[in-house]
Amino acid sequence: MSTFEQIAFGLLVLCSMLCLYRIGKGPSAPDRTVAIDILGTLIVGFCCIMAVGTGREYYMNIAIAWALISFVGTLALAKYLEGRTYDA
Amino acid sequence: MPDIAYWLIGVGLAFDLFGCIGLVRLPDVYNRAQAATKCVTLGTCVMLAGVAVAAFGESGGAIWPMGIKAIICAVFILLTSPVAAHAICRGAYLSGVPLWPGSVEDAFGPRAQDIRNEQAAAQTQRAEHEETQAS
Repeated sequence: MSTFEQIAFGLLVLCSMLCLYRIGKGPSAPDRTVAIDILGTLIVGFCCIMAVGTGREYYMNIAIAWALISFVGTLALAKYLEGRTYDA
Repeated sequence: MPDIAYWLIGVGLAFDLFGCIGLVRLPDVYNRAQAATKCVTLGTCVMLAGVAVAAFGESGGAIWPMGIKAIICAVFILLTSPVAAHAICRGAYLSGVPLWPGSVEDAFGPRAQDIRNEQAAAQTQRAEHEETQAS
């Protein structure tokens, strides 16, 4: 793994730490939900760096699947925050 | 891997970092949501574009499926991330998270009141329905 990928991983880990700080501290539930959504998008970035670093394409499959699951989970959490049932 | 791919991934990382700093530093949930969502969406999309450039620019073209998947993933994130952020902010407002005291405008206020009234009416109707069924 080259120096570029190591620096990129370091920056993404720093971003994740900032998100985790907001998940831990966040005064209300929507703060934590926003931070979880952002963490899901950052994991797609991790998959990008892994795909470029190793040259294996299946990391992009993981990225697409993670983006889908993260979107559905975030919508479910938003519905829960709104105080409605999941089928309304 | 061409030089432009390194530049694209670096710019994407910078946007991600600024978005996460905004997530920590800004005062209320609506500010945090807009800063983090816009910056991190653009940053990740630029990183995926860099992956696509790297995949298509590789000598021999053996890993071009990676580029196609990167473009699909970028389009998907560009479509879904604003929708998710909008849903969260709507849920946050309706669940009663207060605005930052320095906010200058509350355009969603009257509509939110309407939605709350509709929800309360639906709930009382459901309660009456259950009562009639029980008796």
